[in-house]
Amino acid sequence: MGVSLKRIPKKKYLMPGNAACPGCPETMGMRYLKMALGDNFVMVIPAGCSSVIQGIAPKSGIYSSILNIVFAAGASAAAGMKAAFEALGRDDVNVVVWAGDGGTGDIGFQALSGAAERDDDIIYICVDNEAYMNTGIQRSSLTPYGAWTTTTWKGKQEHKKNIPMILIAHGVKYVATATVGYPMDFIEKVKRASQIRGFKYIHLLAPCPVGWKFDPALTPNLGQLAVKTGLYPLYEFNQGAFRLSPIAARYKDPSKRAPIIEYLKPQGRYRHILNDPEALRRLEEYINEVWKWVAMMEKHYGAGKG
Amino acid sequence: MPVKVLTGNYAVAEAVRLARVQVVAAYPITPQTTIVEKISEMAESGLLDARVLRVESEHSALAAVYAAASAGARAFTATASHGLLYMHEVVWWAAGARIPLVMAVVTRAIGPPWNIHVDHQDIMDQRDSGWIIGIAQENQEVLDLILQAFKISEDPRVYLPVMIGLDGFILSHTSAPVNVPEQDEVDSWLPPRRQPYVITPESKIVMGNISDDEDHFMMRYSMHVAMNEAKKVIDEVDREYGEIFGRSYGGLVECYKCEDSKFNAIITGSWAGDAKEAVNMLREEGYQVGLVRIRFLRPWPRERLMELLTGVKGVIVFDRAISMGSTGILLNDVVSTLYGNGTSIRGVIAGLTGVDVKPAEMYSVIKEFIDSVEEYGFIYEPVTWLLPRKYRRIEEVAR
Ligand SMILES: Cc1ncc(C[n+]2csc(CCOP(=O)(O)OP(=O)(O)O)c2C)c(N)n1
Ligand code: SF4
Ligand SMILES: [Mg+2]
Repeated sequence: MGVSLKRIPKKKYLMPGNAACPGCPETMGMRYLKMALGDNFVMVIPAGCSSVIQGIAPKSGIYSSILNIVFAAGASAAAGMKAAFEALGRDDVNVVVWAGDGGTGDIGFQALSGAAERDDDIIYICVDNEAYMNTGIQRSSLTPYGAWTTTTWKGKQEHKKNIPMILIAHGVKYVATATVGYPMDFIEKVKRASQIRGFKYIHLLAPCPVGWKFDPALTPNLGQLAVKTGLYPLYEFNQGAFRLSPIAARYKDPSKRAPIIEYLKPQGRYRHILNDPEALRRLEEYINEVWKWVAMMEKHYGAGKG
Repeated sequence: MPVKVLTGNYAVAEAVRLARVQVVAAYPITPQTTIVEKISEMAESGLLDARVLRVESEHSALAAVYAAASAGARAFTATASHGLLYMHEVVWWAAGARIPLVMAVVTRAIGPPWNIHVDHQDIMDQRDSGWIIGIAQENQEVLDLILQAFKISEDPRVYLPVMIGLDGFILSHTSAPVNVPEQDEVDSWLPPRRQPYVITPESKIVMGNISDDEDHFMMRYSMHVAMNEAKKVIDEVDREYGEIFGRSYGGLVECYKCEDSKFNAIITGSWAGDAKEAVNMLREEGYQVGLVRIRFLRPWPRERLMELLTGVKGVIVFDRAISMGSTGILLNDVVSTLYGNGTSIRGVIAGLTGVDVKPAEMYSVIKEFIDSVEEYGFIYEPVTWLLPRKYRRIEEVAR
């Protein structure tokens, strides 16, 4: 299913003057989400930047129905809401969790894993800015190796946790990776997910100018660079079929990838490792690891397989 | 109205069925498990038209039913002890959002060491959260209270969640005859679900985003106002339930031989039954003693207690939970109610962690209190202990 810009609603879903920082990837993502789903959905938002971005009650900067919920309960609250809509005869309503990387991979992981295993009929979107931004840039299990945060002053020593693959291992209906750097790809994936019954997970890489320390004009560019360097492959696992997303498939070939330094350089969080060959080697290694997972998926679940 | 022999937990399940609950989410913990088992069975056999979510934790259980209730469904969960503590954050969230909801709490001690037996530490720990908290004495009352909880919670004057306590094993796993109302009787008594707002795609309601501090403070105040309103509603519902179903319990508190008494025991939960026996034994010996059973811990029945206890010479408060380093939980509220009254007060911490307290022991403790007041006059002893054996300091034990 292709998405044409012309057919995307022009309606303004995010009001100017909401509480996001300039260049915020979360508001971008939310705008695309609304473009994909229109009006027939409710959002569940656990603690994080997106709780704040909404602005001050009783007003809200986001034209949507939103249930804010405690940090660890995004997936379970959404599962409960969906059950209610079903009980009330409104099966068609999409319930979407909009959670940070901390709310997804750390404190909310138990609830996420539970909902995935139960195949609860929700769309779970992890807005991954690779740290706890709302509390001031602390490391999460999705912070990449080498990145400075306020709890890893010398750079994080561990690699990023591979949540999308962990979700695939749950046996869920749909898992995809996306980034605000490629809005049409994200919108397409959300639309596709919304047509599937059962548990759907979309990982949305969300470069954050504040936490990553880059020029707020570069948010989408960094999303694209993450893909072009091979750090962040874009793919889709749809009911047993795996495929690399067309815009990103070429980066399977290492010779087509942009040098990693192009991605690292604009980001202040990597400043201390730019001249550290050992650190750079470890990041290259990480890229290889990520693609091994992709290769394995392609082998067993790629076109014509499975 | 058919009489069935039911455990306390099955009485809960029957009430959930009769209330036509639409969404249930729960996680197993002794002694609550048989509630969820029964409800699952009812849902699978078609007796109950509800979605049952077998979630992976209590935190998720309460979050799920809270969210379901926000979307307009009548929802229910049940837990105990560690499960309740694990939920604690969501307990506050649900109350603050003013969403009608009912939860059964099968009261149980908190570890370490692991202990599945009754005390009230778990439910008392929730007392500041904005939930209405009722506690039953026996299985019939369990069924009646759970049913009433839906009506109270969904009353527009209240709009607060309600938890109903039933003592682990003493009620949860003990069978007793229970009158189970007919479905049509309940249907005509319990109105369709009402709630302050419903979150749907169309409603464009945002619940829980950041607010102005003053607005938040005002929300807190409004919860307190609703709690006070709930006192009327609870009494009203108890009366009207009595007219229709033939059973009333006195609303916020039960007065047992307390109209003419000079002394009263104050207590809550199943062991009130033992305390009533103790009162009867003392009455036989000519003591003018009665009992006040706290049926609702929150809202605290201050006015009713002042009515019942003004002019009483002494009260002895039995607490199955303590605020370490302070006093028993009931005692604290009793003292603040009777301040300046000149009433003698003794607090007794007993029955913690499942230790059984016999009517004969209660008899002795109450009698000793009354005799002391009669002999020496005014007594104020907020914390006394009914220990199961002699105490040795931890250093002595370690040596
Ligand atoms: C139980 C609990 N622990 C801690 C917090 C504090 N807290 C709020 S948001 C947050 C970090 C959110 O990080 P993430 O999920 O990555 O979202 P982001 O802010 O980066 O969008 C933390 C630690 C909380 N609200 N609740
Ligand atoms: S810290 Fe980052 S994610 Fe959070 S509001 Fe600011 S720009 Fe957006
Ligand atoms: Mg984050």
